[in-house]
Amino acid sequence: MPGADLLARPAPAAGRPAPPNRSPRWVRRLRRDWVLLVMVAPAILLLAVFHYVPLLGNVVAFQDYSPYVGIAGSPWIGFTNFERILTDPGFWDATVNTLTITAFQLVFYFPVPIGLALLVHSLLSPRLRMLVQGVVYLPHFFSWVLVITLFQQMIGGAGVLNQFLRSHGFSPVDVMTDPDLFLVLVTAQSVWKDAGWGAIVFLAALSTVDTSLYEAAAVDGAGRWRRLWHVTLPALIPVVVLLLILRLGEALTVGFEQFLLQRDAVGAATAEVLDTYVYFTGVVNSDFAYAAAAGLVKGLVGLALVLAANKVAHLAGEQGVYSR
Amino acid sequence: MTTVRTPSRPTRPTRPAWEEQPTRLGQAAKGVLVGVVLLAVLFPLWVVVLTSVSTSAAITRAGGLVVVPDGITLAAYAELLSGGTVTRSVLVSTGITVVGTLFSTIVTLLAAYGLSRPGSFAHRPLLFAVLLTFLFGPGLIPTYLLVQSLGLLDTYAALVLPGAVAAFNLVVLRSFFMNIPQDLVDSARIDGANDFRVLTRIVLPLSKGVTAVISLFYAVGYWNAFFNAFLYLNSTDKWPLQLVLRAYVLQGQPIPGASPADSTLDGTGGLVATLAVKMAVVVIAVVPVLAVYPFVQKHFTKGVIVGAIKG
Repeated sequence: MPGADLLARPAPAAGRPAPPNRSPRWVRRLRRDWVLLVMVAPAILLLAVFHYVPLLGNVVAFQDYSPYVGIAGSPWIGFTNFERILTDPGFWDATVNTLTITAFQLVFYFPVPIGLALLVHSLLSPRLRMLVQGVVYLPHFFSWVLVITLFQQMIGGAGVLNQFLRSHGFSPVDVMTDPDLFLVLVTAQSVWKDAGWGAIVFLAALSTVDTSLYEAAAVDGAGRWRRLWHVTLPALIPVVVLLLILRLGEALTVGFEQFLLQRDAVGAATAEVLDTYVYFTGVVNSDFAYAAAAGLVKGLVGLALVLAANKVAHLAGEQGVYSR
Repeated sequence: MTTVRTPSRPTRPTRPAWEEQPTRLGQAAKGVLVGVVLLAVLFPLWVVVLTSVSTSAAITRAGGLVVVPDGITLAAYAELLSGGTVTRSVLVSTGITVVGTLFSTIVTLLAAYGLSRPGSFAHRPLLFAVLLTFLFGPGLIPTYLLVQSLGLLDTYAALVLPGAVAAFNLVVLRSFFMNIPQDLVDSARIDGANDFRVLTRIVLPLSKGVTAVISLFYAVGYWNAFFNAFLYLNSTDKWPLQLVLRAYVLQGQPIPGASPADSTLDGTGGLVATLAVKMAVVVIAVVPVLAVYPFVQKHFTKGVIVGAIKG
């Protein structure tokens, strides 16, 4: 690499006693690049301590862990914690809830950003386009506490909707505490918060479509909808596949704060997802080792899902998350 | 008197000739759709802001949240920001956000630059170590146990350190740095500049936009952070704003230290409404986000983020 050669230490000038160049190559590279390593060090150190150390800390899943004696002092019990998972109704209820929410959102959340992107893309005026984009991206930057508070003020027991219903002689509805409406509620919240932000990727894909394709299709007599079907949608397919893969890999993750914050209102039977289950079992009930085992199972299944989905995408001829 | 309209206005983008004119109905439907989308985001914000500045008389007349301006007062904000729980939590959140954002941004910038030189010593294994964090999270329980054993429970450090480096941001910055012409960097180094100088004098000025976006991501993350504080802090007097928002607005607990409901006079001779105070807490939580948002929003569309997601 020519750039690298330029950066190598200058060749010893003639006349001066040339130092015998016997230091190995890696020492010379280290001498050249040590500043870069110093720059990387803080980040690597933080990741090592707060990512890789707790990653190893997952060994508590194989222990009868006691906080008083720590990992070093706790007895090893093999796969006992994992066997317990098999017969634990709480874990499986949480799994079912999680998968139900994932499936529901796949149908009712996933298409919304695509539709939104098509809508924004179809706006001719750049001003209006900027305005819509600016407004729909905004809720992505709100915290879940804030989003849920806003929903509570709009459609909760004392919210605007019920104020309106009461003052017009209808009986109020409380959407926020009804377990039967919980799926719809959390999906609506996700749409409100993140659908706009999710549209960015699709908008980018739309902007790469060669407009002469549209023109050619129009000249050939394709109408508005046929152009959408035969030109626009094919351009979106790679992005859709990519995002589906990412979502499938996250099938066991549906968001944590959103459910933690609303678990009291609708009850654990509906709102307990795997992440909140791990939290309540481990941190609240101090059953650390068992909760770590549950978390580990969730993480490993998730990893397997990502890798499998990516494999499928490769077989289907799409690029996938990573390519080789 | 007639004036001749010269086409001096910036030309409106025109519909390409091959595209059919939209139908009236289609236009109207699209207009309604755009209106609904905008309202869905803006209406809740409008109601919350308006209620927070409404007099208690207005709130009583409205039967709760105020949709149409009636009587305006800033008494709720005066009440909240005159000391006490909310004021303290605003200071805590501000402190964490400022310190955390500076720390995270600097660490991320340094690492992104340090890993951006092709062929530098050990950059492959180091980059791999960063990328691997995407694939598998360490898990809630081991992280909690680690924070506990480091003695960080109930400290502010626990709110900053565990998530200080977001691998995603690091990778975004790095890919941006790698697109900076290598000749520029090389020539500066040949002129005797060390890497710190190259970073601050050459690379950073070329990456203002992406750096702004990354710091916004960190800042919003710290400002909005709820769970770490919920998990690691025991003492209520250390609570950041998001915890206060949850306890006193979402769950409706009375705000300790604030005057009992509807007992303080506002400037107009009415009482300060509890609801206005609660909505003022919500507004205080949104305002910083709204304040910085316009400055960075324009960068979102410039492919900064998308390029990274695709790459």
